[in-house]
Amino acid sequence: MGSRFYSTDWPFREYSLDDIGFDLRRALGLYRVIDEEGEQVGDFDVDVDRLLEMYVYMVRARILDDWLLRLQRVGKVALHAPNKGQEAVGVGAAMALDGGDWLFPSYRELGAYLVKGMSEEEILDRAIANIDDILRGSEFAVYGKRSVNLVPAPVPVGNQAPHAVGAAMAAKILGHRTVVMAIFGDGATSRGHFHAALNFAGVFKAPVVFVVQNNQWAISLPSRRQTASVTFAVKGVAYGVPSVRVDGNDVLAVYTIAREAVERARRGEGPTLVEAVTYRMGPHTTADDPDKYRDPGEVKLFEKLDPIIRFKKFLYKKGFLDEDQDRRIWEEWSSRIEDTVKKCYNKPPLPVDVILENVYSKPTWNLLEQYEELKESLEIIRELGLEVD
Amino acid sequence: MTDLPLMNMVQALNSALREEMRRNPRIVVLGEDVGRRGGVFLVTDGLIDEFGAERVIDTPLTELGIVGVAVGMALYGLKPVAEIQFIDFIYEALDQLLSEAAKIRRRTGGMYSAPIVVRGPCCGGVRGGMFHSQSPESYFVHTPGLITIMPSTPYDAKGLLKSALRSEDPVVFLEPKILYRTVREEVPEEDYVVPIGKARVAKEGSDVTVVTWGAMVYQALEAAKLVKARHGWDVEVIDLRTLFPFDKDAILESLEKTGRLMVVHEAPRTLGLGAEIAAYVAENAIDMLRAPIKRVTGFDAPFPLVHEKLYMPNVARIYMGLSKLMKY
Repeated sequence: MGSRFYSTDWPFREYSLDDIGFDLRRALGLYRVIDEEGEQVGDFDVDVDRLLEMYVYMVRARILDDWLLRLQRVGKVALHAPNKGQEAVGVGAAMALDGGDWLFPSYRELGAYLVKGMSEEEILDRAIANIDDILRGSEFAVYGKRSVNLVPAPVPVGNQAPHAVGAAMAAKILGHRTVVMAIFGDGATSRGHFHAALNFAGVFKAPVVFVVQNNQWAISLPSRRQTASVTFAVKGVAYGVPSVRVDGNDVLAVYTIAREAVERARRGEGPTLVEAVTYRMGPHTTADDPDKYRDPGEVKLFEKLDPIIRFKKFLYKKGFLDEDQDRRIWEEWSSRIEDTVKKCYNKPPLPVDVILENVYSKPTWNLLEQYEELKESLEIIRELGLEVD
Repeated sequence: MTDLPLMNMVQALNSALREEMRRNPRIVVLGEDVGRRGGVFLVTDGLIDEFGAERVIDTPLTELGIVGVAVGMALYGLKPVAEIQFIDFIYEALDQLLSEAAKIRRRTGGMYSAPIVVRGPCCGGVRGGMFHSQSPESYFVHTPGLITIMPSTPYDAKGLLKSALRSEDPVVFLEPKILYRTVREEVPEEDYVVPIGKARVAKEGSDVTVVTWGAMVYQALEAAKLVKARHGWDVEVIDLRTLFPFDKDAILESLEKTGRLMVVHEAPRTLGLGAEIAAYVAENAIDMLRAPIKRVTGFDAPFPLVHEKLYMPNVARIYMGLSKLMKY
């Protein structure tokens, strides 16, 4: 045995680990550009304007997240999956994409939605499910917009992984230079969708980037109970997909590795898996109570590792940002988002017939019959003064 | 005299795929062994030679991957045809089919759709045992957002597959494998379609309506001959062809004439499509009926390897049902 390795396919070829074509150590290591104190410990290639843009996106995501939480508490939003603490992953990964590239995000990716081109107003309309909700009241906690190639997430986790591969294969077949990215959590790596997607991506060298947002918790299950693998990234290696683990609270690390993966995919060199190690500071959703299963001390620890604070320290140290500018960024966006919330809050609701629309390209006969039944029920509700909806 | 070629269902399906792939460069076929092997039943035979490995894709062995990747391709703008080697293996892909393909138009507010065609051999009669004989149409019919089709003739197979390949909605296309090579008929080589949602009167009659589909159409026709000879009863056989949205008007028109309804299908009885058709007629046209509705179906047990002809509806059981209806 020792260092002699043989291929699975006949005739058996002898090879060495160097012949695999990518570096196994990257799937086991932890790539970093900025350490906890904001010191630069790795290389990056981003100009100052773009660094500040990243920072502002993270701030916007944090402020918006807080509003969505509050709107859920007053009953205006059905359910929210808080994004707090994970801003560096969504922002860093989505900023690595070019304008025409496609993103299949998970829920809990506010930063990525903003970067891809959904505005706070569109996100709030969606969350409130008012008359301007792009998704027409179909589901909670998911966001997307076709004109910017942001495909709304499915709620069953990881279902979008094979979609991203299919879209990437389609782009390749059509001769487009589009790159497709999928973001999903550590929990999704246990589902068959993840394995099928990685396997297809490897076999067909699809121009796709998988980002595993490892926030340590899938509701109450810690990541060490999600898998016995030493890292999530190492799973990609098994499918012949180059895989890299990065510090997910370091936006420059996420961006740098995601950008490298996007460029690789665009060159036709195939898929990459990026595991971004971060931390879910809040509950799984507003319907969850993490105190039942998680030591609050742990959260306190990670509050010190907050990706926004870390990036701010870095920007200060580099002289790209000072306290005064920072205060103005927070004030400006707090006030802008508050205005947007006020604007979206009182928009009228969606009409009732949305519950029967977009089932087929044209309504089938049973839907037409049932639409009549719905209309009649509204008349009865009015007539009898019932409170139903 | 006619110049039309005789084709079996495999040849008809193959020519539908070939013609539509020539017509629409966005159609791709993917599945297990669909390329060089041409599919285990040869439905995709030779397509790889004409259209290349980029459009006729041999995939790794996972139905979940095949359907999930097809959904992604459709979102991007291709028209994928996902072959499921035996429809019994579809269950691994149900999350992708029922949660994604069927619902994506709705859950994206109409921004995206995934009009894939999922096709594969179904049903019994070839000693296929439990996992090569199933009729799972109810799962698809029950799911809003899907169209479900099951042809019984080569002509319909070609025309309906062409309609499916032009549909803006996802289609599950079920092919009774026992009919792949047992029936031959004249099938035009030029372009034609059979519309989705329209049934076919396989045999006209005035005493009793038998609504059925797939290979059971032939059992119903056999039984119709038998009761005509023995009792003089005149059976109308309706081949539903599209299982959803099913042709309610064709059923009601026939009942207006006959006043007696039997539904015959291979799938198990409980919550089979026969239940929906019976309920629809009971709710909307009970005053047309002169006798209770009768269902003749596969038994509520897993499909057997042995005695399959006794498990499936057969001429004897249809005869029993018709006698009940006529003597009521």
